[in-house]
Formats: sequence, structure tokens, C-alpha cells
Amino acid sequence: MIATTGTALTPHAYLQARSRWGVIEIAFWLATLLPFFLFPNYLSLASQIAITALFALSLDLILGYAGIVSLGHAAFFGLGAYAAGIFSKFVWGEPLSGLVVAAVVAGVVGYATSFIIARFRHLTLIMITLGLGFLVHELANSAHFITGGADGLQGVRIWPIFNYFRFDLYGYTAYSYSLVVLFLTFLVARRLINSPFGLALRGIRENPNRMPAIGASSRAHIRKIYTISATIAGIAGGLLAQTTETVSLGSIDFQRSADVVVMLVLGGVGKLYGGLLGAIIFMVARDQFSGLNPQFWYFPIGVLLVAVVMFLPGGILGGLSRLLAGIRGRRP
Amino acid sequence: MGPIVGVLFDGFAYGMLLFLLSVGLSVTLGMMNFVNLAHCAFAMLGGYVTVTLMNQMGWPFFATLPASFLAAAVASIFLERALYRRLYRAGELDQVLLTIGLAFISVAVAAYIFGTIQQPIQTPSYLRGSIQIGGITFGVYRMFLVATGLAVALILVLTLEYTRFGAQVRAAVDNQRMARGLGINVEGAFAITFALGSGLAGLGGSLAIEIVGLDPSFAFIYLVYVLIVVSVGGLGSIGGSFAAAVLIGISDIAGKYYVPQLGAFLIYLVMVAVLMWRPQGLFGKR
Repeated sequence: MIATTGTALTPHAYLQARSRWGVIEIAFWLATLLPFFLFPNYLSLASQIAITALFALSLDLILGYAGIVSLGHAAFFGLGAYAAGIFSKFVWGEPLSGLVVAAVVAGVVGYATSFIIARFRHLTLIMITLGLGFLVHELANSAHFITGGADGLQGVRIWPIFNYFRFDLYGYTAYSYSLVVLFLTFLVARRLINSPFGLALRGIRENPNRMPAIGASSRAHIRKIYTISATIAGIAGGLLAQTTETVSLGSIDFQRSADVVVMLVLGGVGKLYGGLLGAIIFMVARDQFSGLNPQFWYFPIGVLLVAVVMFLPGGILGGLSRLLAGIRGRRP
Repeated sequence: MGPIVGVLFDGFAYGMLLFLLSVGLSVTLGMMNFVNLAHCAFAMLGGYVTVTLMNQMGWPFFATLPASFLAAAVASIFLERALYRRLYRAGELDQVLLTIGLAFISVAVAAYIFGTIQQPIQTPSYLRGSIQIGGITFGVYRMFLVATGLAVALILVLTLEYTRFGAQVRAAVDNQRMARGLGINVEGAFAITFALGSGLAGLGGSLAIEIVGLDPSFAFIYLVYVLIVVSVGGLGSIGGSFAAAVLIGISDIAGKYYVPQLGAFLIYLVMVAVLMWRPQGLFGKR
């Protein structure tokens, strides 16, 4: 932004300028209310989209801002989902405390693994995340007595939120609940990214060796953001478990890790709205093509990935902002 | 004693298969740092070439092996020239995305053409059955696999150690910029290595049908194994790939035989443990 306006800002003013709310942003969040009026039959889908968007947001924090390519992020999503599901089954079904449990479990595991993550980069890092993802998946699969294994976790019962808003068949409550959690978490993420900490993360992404030289320890920062990201992914998983009242192995498998990377790339990596936009497009498209054999579904996804990498770096949002910059540039 | 030797032998044979599938990726990764997640798509292509030639055209099994090698190598050259070479200097995320996109496409195309069922093949009768040595049963096909794997490893090592081309490849793996500075055509050497590696993967794909079957998910399931072998063995090292393939093959078979309740747990555990101990892999230099 500094480059386009041409005026030098102090760091403080720069961060303040970044965190001001734009018209498009406000319009976007108002538009998330539209499904209540326009598509009341699709509120369950809308709720799924909000949850997936939250998951994509959590990945964006580490992939887009800290440059950690993770192919096993579903581990935390699944951990949160199983934690929330098992909590409601064996302790009580109060949703908000269940969500806190999901966040804490995923966050603690995220903190523990962040010490491993922070040590590696490049291919080794990708393989470590992949391996940890498969390990957690196998764990959930083999701990049949508590997770239900391949049959899925049955018997999850969620009480009404605040003992008042019952989870209904149409998904009114589910979508409202998911949307509120998504929005609140988004606010936190937005604040985080537009803070000095967020700037340091971007510095690490660009050059992990130089940042320690100016006083920002790469590993400590990576550990922090990885833990935060794992926590958010756990919240997303907990939401899915609570709104669908079941947890399957599908919430923790490689497919979910790969899907969320695809969404994020499609929408735009390193932009807070990239994951949200990608999740909307991906989930709506998958809903429309749900009749297809799942293996055919890979074809458009593959073509999209190749196209985005070759022709649209930065995803849809990157393309749009370049288009806007082009239009603005041509004006006198 | 007998079961242990049997498990070791089966694991070793499986390891040879993994070695054939992964050695090309290891060398190309070491040379160009290019993360090619579509590597197993080439293996799958080789497998389908063998199936088609045998079942539709009636070719003998051994005649299809060179064909699958060639098909995978030629396909990889096209892709390398058209897409891959533009991303050599890009970040690993772009490389991962492009190549996993290609793997996705290959899976969908394979499912469209051949269906999602397992492809049956009839290996020659002299490769079937088993022989007994000292009360231990050895499958003939697995012995054939071991022989092929060892022969390929030997040829590769000799080529790398004693030919001019091999010296260029080693130089490029060790220090790409220095190799360029000495006038070595790294791009050209890389293209050839890439084609050879993909061809070997195609060969591995053909040989794998008898052991693990062939369906469109092959490109993903074995990609994970291949990546494990590559990262455990260390990039750009044939000996490393060989050792890692044997280690992973034996761990996998032994794990499934002795502790089936752990499932695939063991190999992931081995991989994470090795990488935490030596991030550059067992034999990697960087």
C-alpha cells in the first residue's frame, strides 16, 4: 500500500491504515447474512461453508503469513471435532464449553508439535506435517473404543445454545452459531495480522534468516502462530462436530488437508479473505456436482490448481486486486 | 526363524518396488529442488500401459515393461518442457500445487478411461508360485522383483559413478551454481534425468500391479510412500533411496505382520523419527 500511495508512513500509521475497515469488507460481512433471506433451504450448507472458511482462515495464518506449507492441517480440525464430540457424549452437551474444550485440545497438541514444526523448512517440513497428519488419522482410526473408528462417533447430543436456541433441522441455529464464531475469530485474526507480530510473520515468510538479525526470533514467532492456527482449526472442527452431531474419520483425513489447501490457493494465499472466498466457491461447486463420482471431481480441481499456479498467482483475490490496480493506474 | 526370514524377504521385495518408484524423484529433487508430487502419476501411467497392452493387445508381460518405461519417460518430457521448467525458481508452494493438480487430473482421467476397479493382469506362469528353500517359502515374483531392483540400482550407481553424464548429474546435485559455472548444461542434464526417473517410476508401476494392484488412487497412495522414502533417504542420493526403501518396505511389512492393530502407524512413526533425528535424511548432504 505504501508503494501505491507514494507517501511514506510511520510504522504506526501504516498498521493503523491497514486495520481500517473498507467498504468491501463491510459489504462482505453483510452479505453473509443473505442466506437467511435468500436461501433458507441451504442454511446447513451455509453453516458448512462458514466452518470450512474458518478452517481455511486458520491455514492461511500459517501458510499465507508465516510460509509454513502444511499438508496435515486436518489433524487439528479432526482433533477439535473429536474433542468436542467426545466431550458432549461423556461430559455434557453444552456447546460453548464444548467449543472451548475443542480449542484447548487442538491448541495444546498444536503447541507441542510447534516445537517440531519450527525446526524445519522446505520439503522436510511438508513431509513432517504430512506424517503427523497421517499419525493422528491412524490414531483416530485405531482408537475405535472411543472414536468409533471407521463407523464414526455416534451419540453426540448438543444442548441448545444458552439453553434457548435449539439446533433445528433447517440449520438456522447452526448457521447463526457458525457465522458468529467465524466472525469473532476473524476479528482476532485480523487484529493479529495487522499487529507488529503479523508484520514480523510476513518478514519470516520472506526471509527466515534475516528476521532474527533484526531482533525477531523466527522460531518463537512460528511456534506462536502455529499454536494459534491449530487452536482455530480445532474450533472449526468442534463447530462441525456440534452442528452435525457426528464425527467421522473424514474430518481428519488427508483429503480434508488437501481440500483446504486447494480452497486457500483458489481464493488467494496470504489474504484474510482468500480462504473465505475459496471456501465459498469450493463448497458451492462441490454441492452442485455432488452427483458426480468423487474421483471425477478431481479433474476440475486439478485443472484449477494448474491454472491458478500458471496464470493467476495470488488466486482470485490476487487477480482482482491486480485488476483494480490496473484500472486505478489508468485513471489520471 | 522361518517367519522372520519370510517377512524380511517380503519386506525387501516390497522395498525394491518402492526403490524403483522413488529413485527418480530423489535424484530430480536433489538436482532442482523441484517437489514433484505427480511422480506417482507417471508410475500409474506405466501400470496402465502394461494393463492395456497385455489385456487389449495380447502383448507378453516382459514386452510391456520397456513400453511402460518409454511411455512414462516421454510423457514426463512433455510435461517438463511445457509446465515444470517455468517453476524451477518458484517457491515450493507453487510447485506442490502445480504437481498435485497434475496428480488430481491423472486420477480423474484414469478413473474416466479405466473405471475405478482394480485392473487384473496375468503374469507369465513361470513368475507365479513359490519355491521352498530350507523350509522357507519364497515367492518367485518377489524374487524377480528383488533381482530387478538390484540390477537397476547397480546400473544407476555405475552410470552415476563412471560416465560423463553421471559426473554432470553429481556435480549438479552437489552445487548447481558451481556446475553451471563450469559450463555444465544443468537444464539439459536435468531433463534427461527427469525422463529417466519417470521412466523408472513407470517400470515400477508395471511391476507393482502384481503385488499391490492398480486403480486410479495409485497416484496418491504410493505418492505418500515414495515421499517418505525420498525424505528419509535424503535428496539426490541413490544409495540413500535404496536404504530408505528397504527400511520402509521391511517396516511396513513387518508392522502389518506382527502388529496389525497399529496399521500404517509404523512407517509414519519411522519417518517422523528419522526426520527429527536427521532433517536432511539418512544420506542427504544438505
